[in-house]
Amino acid sequence: MATTTQAPPARPPATSTDRRRRIAARPAAWIVWGVVIFFFLNLLGVVASVLVSSFGQRWFDTWLPDGYTTSWYARAWDEFALLQVIVVTLEVSVLVVGLSLVIGVPAAYALARRSFPGKRLIFLVFLLPILMPPITYGIPLATVLYKFGLAGHMSGVVLANLVPSVPFVILTMTPFIEQIDPRIESAARMCGAGLRTVFLRVLTPLLVPGILASAILVLVRTVGMFELTFLTAGPDSQTLVVALYYSMSASGIRAQQSVDAMAVIYTSMMLVLLVVALRYVNPTQLVAQVKDEPEH
Amino acid sequence: MSGAGPGRPLAHWQHRLAERGVDRQLWLLVPALVFVIALFLYPFFYGLTLSFQPTTGGPFSDYARFFSDSYERGTIWITLRIALPAALLNVLAAVPIAYRMRGRFRGKRLVTTLLVVPITLGTVLTAQGLLNFLGPTGWFNRILLASNLVDEPVRLTHNYWGVFFSLVITGFPFAFLLVLSYLSGIDPTLERAAATLGADWRRRFTRITLPLLMPGLATTFCLTFVLAFSVFPSAVLVGNPAGETRVISLAAYQAAYEQYDYPYASAIAMIMGFVELVVIAVVLAARSRFYTGSTGGKG
Repeated sequence: MATTTQAPPARPPATSTDRRRRIAARPAAWIVWGVVIFFFLNLLGVVASVLVSSFGQRWFDTWLPDGYTTSWYARAWDEFALLQVIVVTLEVSVLVVGLSLVIGVPAAYALARRSFPGKRLIFLVFLLPILMPPITYGIPLATVLYKFGLAGHMSGVVLANLVPSVPFVILTMTPFIEQIDPRIESAARMCGAGLRTVFLRVLTPLLVPGILASAILVLVRTVGMFELTFLTAGPDSQTLVVALYYSMSASGIRAQQSVDAMAVIYTSMMLVLLVVALRYVNPTQLVAQVKDEPEH
Repeated sequence: MSGAGPGRPLAHWQHRLAERGVDRQLWLLVPALVFVIALFLYPFFYGLTLSFQPTTGGPFSDYARFFSDSYERGTIWITLRIALPAALLNVLAAVPIAYRMRGRFRGKRLVTTLLVVPITLGTVLTAQGLLNFLGPTGWFNRILLASNLVDEPVRLTHNYWGVFFSLVITGFPFAFLLVLSYLSGIDPTLERAAATLGADWRRRFTRITLPLLMPGLATTFCLTFVLAFSVFPSAVLVGNPAGETRVISLAAYQAAYEQYDYPYASAIAMIMGFVELVVIAVVLAARSRFYTGSTGGKG
């Protein structure tokens, strides 16, 4: 049986010989890596051109700007009232994170632990806001919020951003809740703890990693969410992305470089969030809920 | 657990409900349900009814208006023409790359971290970067000109290609990370078993890995397509919003915020949702024909 075919040998030698043979013999591997490197080079070009331009004095038809300055940052800060915009962004994000956790975690607990009639339907309803493009439900939602006088200031922005955030919290929290041994809760109930005590004294401390992970994911998504904020924000409730969009679409009036400076401020804010996020969560969780961890 | 109340008939129905899994713990669901009904289902149905109450004409006149005007009707085709190839390319390109990277190797965490960056950049910043980088005096065209590949700058912004590239930059990392997580969920012993039985690389991929991966690929395609279909900021900023990249979300936005015709905007939003759901339903129907057991096809 194992005479003609190469039977898999022990694991460590297999990987080392494998790698050596790949580099030598497989053009397919080189093509794949070439595509990846080409993608990253272009990505680098996209990001670096914004960064260089934001520090450049004048940059028209040359490889690099004529001189370098930091004055565009000061101008962007004043022109776009960035302090106010950043404060609004932080306020909106903190409110959305807090509210979506308070609403989402109990629901995630009920959905993870219990089975009851209509559970699949309820789950589907929670999934829909993530599956629909934001513009599709954003326009009717903005219409309703305007009708009740909620849109045009911060409450509307927060409410609209909650729509995808609450389902997202439910989806990311469910695996974390499933990992907790239900006997711990039963023991607490036996010792006389009510539901509230079980939640606050037993489950919440155990769920801290999951709560942190979903809080950070919601934070990243809220800071980056354009459409819903754009549809519901008034002039003094713009977040950084929306302000950036407005400054770009009116770029004829303002210097290109101060728009670039603003974009760099936005990027660095996102990068700080990203570095924090990656300390707590798996990169694949940033794009979708991970139903079970790939490697365990 | 619950429901040992004093009144006998009361205890009776509570008990019967508890046996079917309905008891007081389900109150935990209520805040989220109220929320999703008030902020998602109610606005959605409000928009649906509003779309049948146009400012002039009968209940269907806004839909008729959309489909009779070729400038408006064309937005569906324009959106699909951008979103379908972009989503397809993202998923198809992600498969060989993820297949190559599914094992453990040095720098894997670095590569995945770098791939997350464009997701967090968002469409607005990507648009700004593309304008600088791919523009007529940007670095990309300079390199092409300097290496004598072209005689005059290639026009890659303010047209179809600008939007397409922006969708690839934001969509590809997303598709890659999803495909990678689906691939790592496939039990590697299956492939090794096939190798012992004499299957070569090509057969192992087409007969073992690909069929197990197909459901995951369908899900990835759907999610990438949803992202690409709702393209809005980049269509305005790097596209040609009056012409070849006037996507349907832009038409809906203009109806609502430039013409203040909310019934018409709702009608366009409903059409948009419908078209998107049709594409997703087709993909998911095809997906259900593949094996979705526990071994590989998670989700």
